[in-house]
Amino acid sequence: MTQIALLEDEALLEQLQRAAFGYFLQTVSPLNGLVADNSRANAPVSIAVVGFALSAYTVAVERGWMQRADAVRRSLAALRFFRAADQSGSPTATGFKGFYYHFLDIQTGVRVWQSELSMVDTSLLIAGALTASRYFTADTRDENELRELVEFLYRRIDWCWAQDDADTIRQGWKPECGFLHYGWEGYSEAILLYALALASPTHPIARNSYKAWTSTYQWENLYGYDYLYAGPLFTHQFSHAWIDFRGIRDRFMREKRADYFENSRRAVYIQREYAMRNPHEFDGYDENGWGLTACDGPSDEMPDVSNESRRLFGYAARGVPYGPDDGTLSAPCVVASVPFAPELVLPAMRNLIARYPEMFSEGRFASGFNPTLADANGRAWVSAGHYGLDQGMVIMMIENHRSQLIWRLMRDCPYIRDGLHAAGFRGGWIQQSASDGAR
Amino acid sequence: MPQRNDASLTTPQDAYESVRLANLHPASWRNPKPAGRYQLVIIGAGPAGLVAAETAAALGADVALIERHLIGGTCLNTGCVPSKSIIRTSRLYAEMADAKHYGAQIPDGIRVDFAAAMERVRRIRTRLSGNESIRRLAAAGVDVFFGHARFVDANTLMVDTEKLSFKTALIATGARPHIPSIPGLKEAGFLTNEKVFDLTELPRRLLVIGGGPIGCELAQAFCRLGAQTTIVQDKPFFLPMEERDAAQILSDAFARDGIEVRLNTKALGVRVDAGQKLVDLISDDYRNTIAVDAILTGVGRAPNVEGLNLEAAGVDYEVGNGIRVDDFLRTSNPHVYAAGDVCLEHQYGHTAAVSARIVVRNALFRGRERWSALTIPWCTFTDPEIAHVGLYVREANRQGIPVKTFTIPMHEIDRAVADSEDTGFVKIHVEEGTDRILGATIVARHAGDMINEITFAMVAGIGLRKLARVMHAYDTQAEAIQKAAAACSSMQSKLRTKRQLNLKEMK
Repeated sequence: MTQIALLEDEALLEQLQRAAFGYFLQTVSPLNGLVADNSRANAPVSIAVVGFALSAYTVAVERGWMQRADAVRRSLAALRFFRAADQSGSPTATGFKGFYYHFLDIQTGVRVWQSELSMVDTSLLIAGALTASRYFTADTRDENELRELVEFLYRRIDWCWAQDDADTIRQGWKPECGFLHYGWEGYSEAILLYALALASPTHPIARNSYKAWTSTYQWENLYGYDYLYAGPLFTHQFSHAWIDFRGIRDRFMREKRADYFENSRRAVYIQREYAMRNPHEFDGYDENGWGLTACDGPSDEMPDVSNESRRLFGYAARGVPYGPDDGTLSAPCVVASVPFAPELVLPAMRNLIARYPEMFSEGRFASGFNPTLADANGRAWVSAGHYGLDQGMVIMMIENHRSQLIWRLMRDCPYIRDGLHAAGFRGGWIQQSASDGAR
Repeated sequence: MPQRNDASLTTPQDAYESVRLANLHPASWRNPKPAGRYQLVIIGAGPAGLVAAETAAALGADVALIERHLIGGTCLNTGCVPSKSIIRTSRLYAEMADAKHYGAQIPDGIRVDFAAAMERVRRIRTRLSGNESIRRLAAAGVDVFFGHARFVDANTLMVDTEKLSFKTALIATGARPHIPSIPGLKEAGFLTNEKVFDLTELPRRLLVIGGGPIGCELAQAFCRLGAQTTIVQDKPFFLPMEERDAAQILSDAFARDGIEVRLNTKALGVRVDAGQKLVDLISDDYRNTIAVDAILTGVGRAPNVEGLNLEAAGVDYEVGNGIRVDDFLRTSNPHVYAAGDVCLEHQYGHTAAVSARIVVRNALFRGRERWSALTIPWCTFTDPEIAHVGLYVREANRQGIPVKTFTIPMHEIDRAVADSEDTGFVKIHVEEGTDRILGATIVARHAGDMINEITFAMVAGIGLRKLARVMHAYDTQAEAIQKAAAACSSMQSKLRTKRQLNLKEMK
């Protein structure tokens, strides 16, 4: 731990990134390239985590942590699995209409936990696949196959079906009961989903669906900052893992004279402001102790006891300023904010490592920790093991901070570019891409 | 424990009830002999009917008021008044149980005396019934008729066997709870707001079906009084009209209170077994059955249009949506108006009263007052309360109005922190680039009181920046409004300075 503290910022980030990458080596199934949701025993596959893995391999090759052929082999295993997987939509299939169930068995790849067909998680998977196809561009048999598979998987997705004749995209579906109604309103991590759905050459959604979604946005002045409100920090990060939002604006952001990157920067500042106010008087909240997001946390042990005061939410999307907030913070989401506000993130990250070494194992951050629920020795409650989403975000966002590798790859991805253009994004690299295309 | 069919519950016949009945429908009452032709005949003596009767009579009009049951209608008898009374008692018990939070000792042996709580409800209801008593109406010159009203033609109606002619009529028959069609519900028995205040014993386990304002208020109140409470809502949030954060805060508050919250869940059927009600629930693909002792339901409100023979008067209506009125609250019969829950989307006591005043001015004095011109606040009296006025952001967005919201979490307010009431927020929506207030949502312990300042500003055309210059007494929770106004003022000053600097640079 002392050694870590002595590292310069760049070296520290490299070390965190590489340790995070170790998660994907440890939890991948060599049979089918699928990756576990978390490192606990018998964890299922999360399709979103596979998307992060596909992106992480490109970073690993670029950084020299993995041979290119190895990365291609692992990517091909996953992509071949998804191509061949049962798409019948039956309760024990892998997917339907080109989408996939959220959680799969790591050996067989079939649906587990009666999970939902997840539109947003499928989009994270496909974004990872598209990243791979933009990186592995050599004219070799394997890399050609990889690109063909990605093209096939993307084109197979019936985004239009997922609209279910509604104004916006549905977020989930189950064979047992049809489309689910989460009531998602307001800004979220869904820009990536909309961009991919708008750009589809086979089953695009209507252009006005993006407008319908953004009409639920709330532009708020909070703690002195103007920003597009969303409570949990991950909502300000996930689409940004793949899309470089610096200088590009949709109609909403043009009206507000901001962009989504700047918005995420402000979201980081607001998180810190909230933690400094610490309205619920939790331990560990201060200018360098923040990070409320979707993460694993402690949960009530006796949920059925009537009138018991319930304050612990388990795995939940915690957010500011309205909560839920049970004193659980997440270090990975702090690190994943590094491209937006390194001046806040780096000191916070160092503080968390120094103050809570118990949540830092194998060089990786636990999903969540809760200093208010400390044990007799003063050690914070810590979520067991590690989560793939967290580790994927750490790798990608540090890389975007250091080299913009993922952003550069995806700026050249026609589906991302076209989707954003269809959503009304203009300026910056989108305009540049259009000019280049015109030449 | 109400093992019987809950619909058979009756109000305890105590001294309070005797006085209430004497005030609102005395047994000895004899209907007056109808006058020749009334300038205004009002059907329904709820908030709308009473206000119309008193206003018109005070202005010298010949007025007849017809009521089939009790004067005061839902608001006094089975709505606002009893619900606020029981909510107050339940808050007290919640505060006692949470005494440590306030630096106090939890009183020893807290035992909920439900019968006493309900007796207090009846006492308060009776006391307030004096304000709306038949004696006051008679003294004001209103001819009060008890009986069933039905139109005979465009200018005549019958009260039982008596014929009343009118120049203008006002239909203010209100609404009743809409009962969801759940197989077995009727046979098993259920409570609505019309019966729940007649309880004298607390159901040990209560299921509330419906997450609208009434369901939410009563679920929390009964939980705090000790009932093991489950609330089922078939949508992803409570109070579907309200914004997401408000509904989320309410869900969290319910969970803290110990209410079992079941969102996206429907009740499929009810059956009775060994004296308990078994309710089958489904949420997406998850089915389960819960056992309860009582079911409280009422999903929305159904306008009371039946039995009035509206066709004879040429008054258009729909059974589910009520009487169709224009912006002047006139029905398809130009001599007949409607007010209150029977015709309005906003079904509150205050909207009923205001709509009645509009009708009196429009009907009797050739006024041209429009319903759409009103700024309407409302409040759901949960803890925290959720109050709203004007446009929601989504509505403004749909209308193409760019919106900016100034948000002050209640934890920013000293008084809220001092009171340990810092859950919630004040959000004031303005048109971007201006300080014109479009609407506001307040979630706070006393949001219902706080929203009135915003409503006043909107009606008076006062911009948000001006509210920053209105001195607010320290230490009050309404300081949140001033802080939001100050944020608006500061932001616009910054923009103005920035523009001026840019102009100088260009020169």
